[in-house]
Amino acid sequence: MKLGGRKISDKWLGVLAILLALLFWQAIASLVVRNTFILPSPVDVVTAFLTLVRGGTLLRDIGVSLLHFGIGLGSALLIGIPIGIAMGWFRGVDAFLDPVIEIIRPIPPLAWIPFAIVWFGLTNASAGFVIFIGAVFPILINTYSGFRGIPRIFVEAGKMLGCTRNGTLIRYIAFPSALPQIAAGIRIASGVGWMCLVAAELFGVSKFGLGQKLWFFYNLHQMDSVVVYMLLLGMIGLFFDWLFRYYIDRHFLKWRSGEVA
Amino acid sequence: MGDLVIRNLTRSFVRDDGELLTAIEKIDLTIRQKEFICVLGPSGCGKTTFLRMIAGLDQATSGEIMLDGEQIQGPNPKIGIVFQEYSLFPWRNVIDNVAFGLEMQGIGREERYRIAHQYLDLVGLSQFSQSYPSELSGGMKQRVAVARALALEPVVLLMDEPFGALDAQTRNLLQKELLEIWQKTKKTIIFVTHSVDEAVFLGDRLVVLTSRPGRICEVIPIDLIRPRDRTSIEFAQLRRQVLDLIAQPKCSLQ
Repeated sequence: MKLGGRKISDKWLGVLAILLALLFWQAIASLVVRNTFILPSPVDVVTAFLTLVRGGTLLRDIGVSLLHFGIGLGSALLIGIPIGIAMGWFRGVDAFLDPVIEIIRPIPPLAWIPFAIVWFGLTNASAGFVIFIGAVFPILINTYSGFRGIPRIFVEAGKMLGCTRNGTLIRYIAFPSALPQIAAGIRIASGVGWMCLVAAELFGVSKFGLGQKLWFFYNLHQMDSVVVYMLLLGMIGLFFDWLFRYYIDRHFLKWRSGEVA
Repeated sequence: MGDLVIRNLTRSFVRDDGELLTAIEKIDLTIRQKEFICVLGPSGCGKTTFLRMIAGLDQATSGEIMLDGEQIQGPNPKIGIVFQEYSLFPWRNVIDNVAFGLEMQGIGREERYRIAHQYLDLVGLSQFSQSYPSELSGGMKQRVAVARALALEPVVLLMDEPFGALDAQTRNLLQKELLEIWQKTKKTIIFVTHSVDEAVFLGDRLVVLTSRPGRICEVIPIDLIRPRDRTSIEFAQLRRQVLDLIAQPKCSLQ
């Protein structure tokens, strides 16, 4: 019972910290800075939020950003997983592709923005491309190392049970065995991709979007609305991370218990 | 079905420094169907290499292995194996592990579950069909591994120190269960172990290997009546005979 009670008080401690931070922020903003352009107060932000809910385009912004994110993450999955599998399973493919990938991988995703515009124009696909660059490597690398780390005993047991071709070995042995690591890669990729979103929407690919509106309100000098969009970006990112973690825990805990995750 | 003829079997590896290492040298052995053979030898004597070649997981450098007149080229559904390490697929529950080989053969869901349940029953784990391997004890995992190997109805069952990682009590229990299964299913069993006690308790014949390179030192028939009593005088005498043999220079390190 003591343990349960302690857990509850821990939770309240966190809530208390948030309240104190808000109070501190409000005090600094309204007593020290006294300039909503340099530092809007929590009250300003809430007011701006309510105005945006009534007359703004919050839902459309979220929708468009999710579209960009979906294009980026979706294509990263479609390209990263097969390449990661091929490199992890066939030594020749690994030796062939590794140098190229190692040269491209350290280039920051945002450095691709000029080519995103040149190749895709000011379209949703262009923003999706920048997010794709950010998301594809964590997925590829994790798939690759997941395949590299498959215990030999599983492959041999599979062979003895009639699973002898590369195709069936990959499908029935290697892929399920590597899946926890692939899922962890997707979770990292979704985090990186979401971080690329603001920059991807910076150069005017769409009239809506959380990142687009962030820059839009910055240009209008409405910093309270900028904070609203900042917080929304953070919360949606947190939600995705929580969703992936929940899915991974639920799906893999039953067979990975006892292993170091 | 289940006759194994091994002729002049040799396996050597080239080490990284270029030196040739012979793991198995000129093994000749004929195993009759339904026989229970125990392969006994010190660690590193090539027992596992020997077993892997019969399984088709490793290629012989020279010599041949014939199963019922056919040469073994690679993994073969007529030969099942139980590994020393836990080899159950952790992402599949117990019943789907046992049914795996049948699934690979394209047998329908209902039929393969029926067969899998039958073998799970044989090892006494029917009530754990929905459990995941991580929820099972070491002894239970190896029982499921036996059921998984048997579900494909192989004629030969290879076992590579399958009870090596288990505690003594569980080990003795599983040995008894294995003998019951062997008597019910009548497979040819080749059982690798480094325990003299285990070998004398289980085998019809005992193949003693030398170490580095692994050659047959002696083949000892164990003609104790079954069920065998570990505490009987005859059992103790046979154990001593084998232990003495292993200690002799011709069977120990060269």
